[in-house]
Formats: sequence, C-alpha cells, structure tokens
Amino acid sequence: MTIISDREIATREAYGRALVELGRQNNNVVVLDADLAKSTQTIKFAKEFPDRFFDVGIAEANMIGVSAGLAACGMVVFCSSFAIFATQRVLNQIFQSIAYTNLNVKIAASHAGITVGEDGATHQSIDDISIIRSVPNMTIIVPADAHEAYEATFAAANFEGPVYLRLSRMATPVVTPPGKPFEIGKAVTLREGKDITIAACGIMVYEALGAAEKLSGLGVEAEVINFNTIKPFDRETLVESLIKTRAALSVEEHSIIGGLGSAVAECICEEFPVAMSRMGIRDQFGQSGKPADLLKQYQLTAEDIAKEALRLLETRRKANEIYEISASTKSDFGALESEVDGGIPDENSN
Amino acid sequence: MPFSRIVYKPEYDELEKKALIIRKNIVKMIAKAQSGHPGGSLSCVDILTSLYFRILRISPKHPKDPERDRFILSKGHAAPALYATLAETGFIPYEWLDDLRKIGSPLQGHPDMKKVPGVEMSTGSLGQGLSVGVGMALSAKILESGYRVFVLLGDGECQEGQVWEAAMSASHYKLTNIVAIIDRNGLQIDGCTEDIMGISPLGAKWKAFGWTVIEVDGHDFLELIPALEAISYTSKPTAIIANTVKGKGVCFMENNVDWHGKAPKPDQLEEALKGFEGVEFMESDEVEVDSSN
Repeated sequence: MTIISDREIATREAYGRALVELGRQNNNVVVLDADLAKSTQTIKFAKEFPDRFFDVGIAEANMIGVSAGLAACGMVVFCSSFAIFATQRVLNQIFQSIAYTNLNVKIAASHAGITVGEDGATHQSIDDISIIRSVPNMTIIVPADAHEAYEATFAAANFEGPVYLRLSRMATPVVTPPGKPFEIGKAVTLREGKDITIAACGIMVYEALGAAEKLSGLGVEAEVINFNTIKPFDRETLVESLIKTRAALSVEEHSIIGGLGSAVAECICEEFPVAMSRMGIRDQFGQSGKPADLLKQYQLTAEDIAKEALRLLETRRKANEIYEISASTKSDFGALESEVDGGIPDENSN
Repeated sequence: MPFSRIVYKPEYDELEKKALIIRKNIVKMIAKAQSGHPGGSLSCVDILTSLYFRILRISPKHPKDPERDRFILSKGHAAPALYATLAETGFIPYEWLDDLRKIGSPLQGHPDMKKVPGVEMSTGSLGQGLSVGVGMALSAKILESGYRVFVLLGDGECQEGQVWEAAMSASHYKLTNIVAIIDRNGLQIDGCTEDIMGISPLGAKWKAFGWTVIEVDGHDFLELIPALEAISYTSKPTAIIANTVKGKGVCFMENNVDWHGKAPKPDQLEEALKGFEGVEFMESDEVEVDSSN
C-alpha cells in the first residue's frame, strides 16, 4: 500500500469533526480548551454543545485540574491546547491529577512539531512525546493523517484512562484508508520491504512512504511501519519486520531524544540488536519559517530519509566488514595464545 | 445505589471529643511512622471534624455513591488528619493507621484516591485541588446533580498561581456548589507566610476573585459549622478563611514551624499524649473496605 491521496487535510481538523460526532453520540463527552479553540478546532464542538464546552482562558494548569475533576465524576473529557503548552507547561498537573489517578482525560494537543511554522521555537513542540512517555499510565497516540486522527479520537474516547493525542497544524496528504477502526497499541505496516524498516509516526509517515518509493527506484525495498501508538509500543510488529530487514530507521517530527526513536532503540537493544539510525530534531530548537522550508532545513523530507536509509545500509556493510576482519584476526590471536600457553614450561612437572 | 445521608449528627461537645481522638491518632500514627507532617495535620482537625460529622452528605457504606458530596484535601501533606478522620467515620479500619507511610500500605505519605476509600482525589503537589474541585462542581451542574464540593487548602498553598486560576474559573462559571476552606495557620516550611511570601490580605483577594468570603476561628465549631452551611444561601462560590494554630492540641508543636514535617520521638510522643489523657480510642464496627475502589 502506498499514498492513498494527495488531498491534504490537517489532523487537528479531523479531530474537531470527530469531537462533534462524539458529542452527538455521548452526552458525557465534555471538551475544554485554553483560549485556542479556533486553532485546536474544538470550536466546532463548542458551537454545537455550548453547555459541555469550557474555555478556561489562558490557564493551562487549571484546565488539566478541571479536566481531572470532571473525569472523576464520570465525564469523558477532552482538553486541548498547543502541544507545547499541553505538556511542558502542565507536566506536574498531568503527573499528579491525571496519570497518578488514572482518570479518563484525553489531552488532545495540536500544533505539534516544527510544522507549526512561522510562530517559531516557542510554539514548536519537539519534546512532548518524550515528556509524556516518561509518565506512567499514559497512552500516546500520534495519528499519521486525518483519517487516522478521526478514528483515533473515537478510540481514545472508548479507551478507559488518560490518553495523549498528538495532532498537527499543517494540512498533509492522506496515507490511510477512511473508516478503518483505530487500534490502540497496534502499529500498521503500510508498505512491505526486505532491506530496511522505516518506523515513522505522524506526518512523517507520508515522507517515509515517499522515501520508500525513491529507494525502490535504487533497488532498495523499504518496509514502512506507521507507529500510530508510541505508548504502549508495539515491539512485536517491529521485531517481526527486523527479522527480515535487520536495519531500522526511525523518523519523527520530534526530538530524537525520548520519542519514537528512543522507543525503537530500546526495543532493538533489548530484543533484537540490529543497525539503527534516528531521524528527527537533533537536540536543537526550531525556528520561524514556512513548514515545508522547515522540514527541509531540519532534514525531514522524503529525500533526506532515503539518503539516511542508504547511509545506514552502507554503515552496516562497513561495520560488517570490520567485524569480519576483526573476527578473523581474533582467531589468529586465539591460535597464538594456545601456542604460548603450551610453550610455558611447567616448573612442577619435574 | 441509594444515597444515604449520615443521620447521626453529634452535638458540639461530642465534636470536641471526636476532634481530640483524631488529634491523638494523628500524633500516634506519625510517631509510629517516624515520618509525616504533624503541624498542618493538627491545624485542620476541627475543619475536618465539622465537615465529616456535620456537613458532608457521605456514607462509608457507599463510598462511590454518585450523589455524594466531594471533599478534596488539596494540602495533601495533612494526610494523617484525613486518614484519622476516615477511620473515625468508618471509611477505613483503625488498623490501617498503624501502617502509615510503610511500604505496601494504602496510607501513602500523601493521599492516593486509588488506594483509600473516601479519598476523592490524589494530592500532594500543592495548588491543584481547587482546579479539580471546580471540575467536580461543573460536573454536578452538567449532570443536574445536587452534590457539593469542599476543598481544603493551606494558606501557604495560596502562593501557587494555579489556585488563583481556579478561583477565577469558579466565579466565572458561577459555581455556587463549591467551598474553598483555607487553613490559615500562618506558617509554611521556611517560616511565617507573611515573611516568606506575603498573602495578606487573603480575604480581600478571594473577594476580588468573585467569592463570598467568611472569616472564622478555625477551631470553633460554633463559627465553622454555620460558615460551612452558608453554601446553601450564597449566589457565589464560598471561601472560608479559617484562622488556625499550626500544631493545635500539642503544646510544644503549637505555632512552631519546626513541627511542619517532623515526627515526634518516643519521649515527645509521651509528652504529647499527656495532653490527650482521658481520651479513649473509639472502637468502630467491623469496617468493610469497598474493594472496587
């Protein structure tokens, strides 16, 4: 399966639409926002269900606490802000009032990653996955496109417990079929290949599929897996793929520290060691610019991914060579050692 | 599940007795654990006694009744006071108090709603309880339910910005079913609240945020109980500034900042218990803990 359609739509928009449908189906669904309803698209729900929508103003900490209180009384709560404010700014509130209590609050954060664009580094969330991944009880969903975002919103609502839903501002192409129920914790293989596994999440899935096409033209068949759930992490699907490819490349619109790349690396180290490389924001801040220009600047385009895949395969080949040389040299040393051992006179033998 | 109100309402002199038992248990459990916060626990005992024996519509037999009133101990370090009160009201067995802060015990250093029946919210990191209370009060409005929400905050806790975010939102949403009680004992870990980071005039602040403010002697049931009952008559959220004495009831702990988070040694416990002479432990009926909690 490859790219389904070049029709572009933002995951936040699909989220907004899904909320309205959820609101119609379930009277216990309530939505909160912190003065960003138009941006996060909760405005759609607010218009149809004003009695179940609360804009708490520019007070994210209070939003998390109020969400916890509503959930403790049986409500299904969605609260939204920009990813950077919905995580960094309220980590302790999430930790204590939502995660420790395991309450039914869905933190749906839009404007994740550098494709926020012109607003620049202060509004570009590049460590939200990393932050939330370290909090027990949290589930992390990163939809690859609008179709998945729509279904993921329902899946989050039906799931009992706290969820972090990561959404994007930028309109992006659709890569998954519509109406496919979202399964939390199950990665989806979008393209099969035998030479390298590309593990991607969010809007990087599209770029990964583009990279796979380019690689195919060069005789390298990449397997592309959409890790739409970062936590719990689907180790089984990854390892199954690695048994075939023995090389992994993670791609995320997020810091290479603590996010998808780290989850992949942890799995590889602990379960099936193979060559690996991480692509993402390389321990630096974002900056202002057009989203497309930023993706180029931070080397997160299909072309960059294809190049890195080739580099990784070449690195592995070289490493194997070195290993083979060292292995053969080592066996020489072994022979030498036994000779030396045998050559030492045993003083007690007389 | 049918809602059942606590019908038995002790008279004020009986409340005094309850408060003494709770104080005695607080000191004993902290001494046994050799860890905990006696000062802020002892200062809020009369507030908790008023709530649990006269105000809250709750039943230990139905700790999850959706119509029950909610109480949040936002100053979570006063957990021993809450635990002793929950034991006294029959939510948890007295024996649990012996295991305060021990590994595997449901009685964590700060309250855990997943482990203790009657604890409505996990707290500890200060400043978060009132926001949660606002959420609970909003739920009551959405569900058209009559339950009320009571949140107990420390005065030092009012230095947290989130408290004022929550205060703003309660009046914005015109919540008449929420009461914030501020345990105004005047001390925090590093010293007097007014020396560390002044919060006076506290009543004027809450008033400016749109709350009805009532100031009371936090150790006098004759003032506390009518103030807590005022929730029925106000058209705004209610803030009760309860002037208290940190360490109340143990002479050497009273108004002494050193006893914020220190456990009494055996000889100190003995001295403290002298102050409770004649106070007998109440034996409650067999408490069945709701395991679905």
